[in-house]
Amino acid sequence: MKARAFQKIYCRLTNITKATCTLEATNIGYEEMAYVQGRAAQVVKIAGNKVTLQVFEGTEGLRNDTDIIFTGRAPWLPLSDHMTGRFFDAFGHPIDGLPAVEGREFPIGGPSVNPVRRRQPSELIATGIAGIDLNNTLVSGQKIPFFTDPDQPYNQVLALIALRAKVDKIILGGMGLTRDDYLFFKHTFEQGYGQSKIVGFINTTDKSPVERLLIPDMALATAEYFAVEKNEKVLVLLTDMTQYANALSIVSNRMDQIPSKDSMPGSLYSDLAKIYEKAVQFPDGGNITILAVTTLSGGDITHAIPDNTGYITEGQLFLRRSPDVNKVIIDPFRSLSRLKQLVIGKVTRKDHPQVMNAAIRLYADAANSKTKLENGFELSDYDRRVLRFAEDYSRNILAIDVNLETHEMLDETWMLFSKYMTKDEVGIKQEFVDLHWKELQPA
Amino acid sequence: MENITIISKGKVTAIVGNLVEAVSDGPLIQNGICFFQQNGKEIMGEVIKTEGSKAFAQVFETTRGFKTGMDVNFSGSMLEVHLGPGMLTRNYDGLQNDLDKMKGVFLEPGARTYPLDEESVWQFTPLVKTGDPVSAGDWLGEVPEYHIHHKIMVPFKFEGDYDVSWIAKSGEYKLTDTIARLTDSAGQEKAVSMVQTWPVKMPIPGYREKLRPGKLFETGVRVIDTMNPILEGGTGFIPGPFGSGKTVLQHALAKQAAAEVVIIAACGERANEVVEIFTEFPHLDDPRTGRKLVERTVIIANTSNMPVAAREASVYTAMTIAEYYRSMGLRTLLLADSTSRWAQALREMSNRMEELPGPDAFPMDLSAIIASYYSRAGYALLNNGKSGSITFIGTVSPAGGNLLEPVTEATKKVARCFFALSQNRADSKRYPAIDPIDSYSKYLEYDEYITFAAREIGENWINKIDFVKNYLIRGQEVNEQINILGDDGVPVAYHEVFWKAELIDFAILQQDAFDAIDSNTPLKRQKYMLEKVIEVVETEFGFDDFNEVRDYFKKIINLFKQMNYSEFKSDKFEGYERQLQEMILEKTAVS
Repeated sequence: MKARAFQKIYCRLTNITKATCTLEATNIGYEEMAYVQGRAAQVVKIAGNKVTLQVFEGTEGLRNDTDIIFTGRAPWLPLSDHMTGRFFDAFGHPIDGLPAVEGREFPIGGPSVNPVRRRQPSELIATGIAGIDLNNTLVSGQKIPFFTDPDQPYNQVLALIALRAKVDKIILGGMGLTRDDYLFFKHTFEQGYGQSKIVGFINTTDKSPVERLLIPDMALATAEYFAVEKNEKVLVLLTDMTQYANALSIVSNRMDQIPSKDSMPGSLYSDLAKIYEKAVQFPDGGNITILAVTTLSGGDITHAIPDNTGYITEGQLFLRRSPDVNKVIIDPFRSLSRLKQLVIGKVTRKDHPQVMNAAIRLYADAANSKTKLENGFELSDYDRRVLRFAEDYSRNILAIDVNLETHEMLDETWMLFSKYMTKDEVGIKQEFVDLHWKELQPA
Repeated sequence: MENITIISKGKVTAIVGNLVEAVSDGPLIQNGICFFQQNGKEIMGEVIKTEGSKAFAQVFETTRGFKTGMDVNFSGSMLEVHLGPGMLTRNYDGLQNDLDKMKGVFLEPGARTYPLDEESVWQFTPLVKTGDPVSAGDWLGEVPEYHIHHKIMVPFKFEGDYDVSWIAKSGEYKLTDTIARLTDSAGQEKAVSMVQTWPVKMPIPGYREKLRPGKLFETGVRVIDTMNPILEGGTGFIPGPFGSGKTVLQHALAKQAAAEVVIIAACGERANEVVEIFTEFPHLDDPRTGRKLVERTVIIANTSNMPVAAREASVYTAMTIAEYYRSMGLRTLLLADSTSRWAQALREMSNRMEELPGPDAFPMDLSAIIASYYSRAGYALLNNGKSGSITFIGTVSPAGGNLLEPVTEATKKVARCFFALSQNRADSKRYPAIDPIDSYSKYLEYDEYITFAAREIGENWINKIDFVKNYLIRGQEVNEQINILGDDGVPVAYHEVFWKAELIDFAILQQDAFDAIDSNTPLKRQKYMLEKVIEVVETEFGFDDFNEVRDYFKKIINLFKQMNYSEFKSDKFEGYERQLQEMILEKTAVS
């Protein structure tokens, strides 16, 4: 984006702050992109002939007599099929050492889908993970975050799901990723045959936090290109949205806005909704599914970031380690997929909803029995059986590293029911019990 | 749209977010609509502050690409909606653009569509004759719109008294055809068509007075109708953290409530939830008329990703359309999900205007804005002696689930019913998660309702509800005792009280929104079941130990649940009822 012929170059900044600079200029469009001393910047305020720019890379070392070039348009991205297998920074420049990609230029952060043109999501996305497929089924066009403490292997889980999911494209938006995690994603996709599907937009921790604000829009503009122009099924991974929100608060703070809860800008809900609502089932078959990560601080979901996220997304998946089997699981109690009703027992086997609920009920009973055990009370026969059920259920079904088809998960759960429980203890409709109960010797 | 007069012109001088400042060459109107001229497109905005010749406008769409020096036309009107036959079944955005008429998959900035159908023909029947005296809101004639008699009224903007100087004969007319001519006291004649406009921020006048509500507004939800009733023309609100079932409850109300017209304002919420309504309502039947639900519904969709400034407009647009149908003597239900998103939109704008903030950075006048909005609902006595109502139920999304935040507190002061959704109930899958102890309906104290209930539902109805509510509180107290002292540490009678309270919870409060029968309980059935439950609660059982109490009541509860799932008074239902009777007899005979 160098200066073109007859382009006006300004060369005097009247004001520089930590994140913004101001100059006198005319005929400038709101949200227009500009370059200040070669650094990408965007118009955030115009007052008379005073134009304020947010400098994404930071203002450290800016001279007030530097060159300022306006591009005449809002941020855009050249998009084409050649993007697959490639990794870019927040401005769409390659970071994988390969040449830039040519393509049709699309604006980022474009208009919303007309709600009457949306279709109801109805396609299941299988991940092989029971915590999702069995208990919190993912549906294409859905938006759902992982709520996770920072010590959980959330990026590994994201990569695993992306590789297993039957989608046409995977768009990775990395915000505040450590360089190690970026390389992890890159290698995982290279080795896992995801190369033909992946497009990455990465902001690593060594870059300015403000740059991150461009990542979701970049990733989603790319997703829209494949979903609308090519009618493809696109899975967008956004990690970590807490880092994104923190960058929002930095900017609003520097622009002297009055903070609301937890020092977050008052517009946090709208800012997040604008991103998550890009998840959609289009009428012509393409769709965008968003799987995000929101890291929590000490599991606190009342903090403004997870709280606003929860009001926007269609459920949430809690990642935690199960101490009994020492494996990472998706917490069956606190997780929820709001769209699962659209597919379970309809796209999947009819006994799915009842098996899911019965297993979770028994798992809850096991939690009570465990409390009894810890408090030194005597365990009944039922307590002992349900505890063994829960252990097997965690290890053989729930654990993240187990990879099963949904019908296998159901069969496996029936096996555990039959092994530890009696028919009337599972509380499932008789017709399903007759069909699926495994006649075993009681364990 | 059409007939909007431009009263002055101006140039843009400053832009921050969707707040735009412009200097005008003439008069300005507070809350006047203005049109920014951007590359041949007109982007709409609303003047929210003036300072000399300077206007500050909130823009209803993106301001991307706005430049200083851009032309802006200031109109002489506030944001108005078009009111006329043909609104039912339609899906509007917050500014009443017909979303179905918009081209393309994406919403293009500046796109505007007419909210009614100009070409459609309506079968008009006059209700007045030449010479009749009329005034604003009086019915001149009617046209059939699905199940309702859509009244063509003297435009609400007509001030003073008029005489009918000409009225159209019965027959087919187009929306904009003149159907009447009215002469005012000065002899000036005005033509009236079937469509009129009204500014959304002003309450529609044209009724004699508002009365205190007195009649039950049936929703089919037991914990509302029986325990915390909302009345025709009443107001209520549903606060709750995410995942507590606000949306399922709102959808249940939209489907089941005893309303003739339902207006749904989807304000700043998930688009897929509106898609669910779009997808389902055309196929679902209205349980009362047997017609499709979509035929009594108008949707105002300004989902969370649509322009923030239009969120405010969307709730006012919805209220104005509700008021219009109320003026026809109809029972109207207005649902707004969620009023918190509207409050947040006000906060964003107030922040950009650099106003001094109130609590949690919301504008200082937030509670006044909420109060005056809720006051537009109500039970209206019309000029012709008939009555119409707007029952309003809004949801609130409290930050962090904390009910002490400003929007919940401001709403609590004005809404008469408080349906608090509790995280604990939601976690234990006790749906609807309306907390039986925290929630309330002020209408239970209204003499009008007490009289109505005694006459229409049954003598002592209110006493029965008091009894059940008190029993629930006792149940909770006893439960705390049991938890502290242990099962053995309390008398067996405590366990009996606890389980009787559980019976009330499972049989009355909990309801399966996804079951065809249980989801919608008519009042008669609610009464029958409540009395049945009270009968059990008042029975004195002699239990020997707490295990026996638990086992016995688990069976009783199961029978009540099976009854709830069965067709009322069917053989199946009566079979369970007999089993119940036998169980009670058996136990009381022994002791």
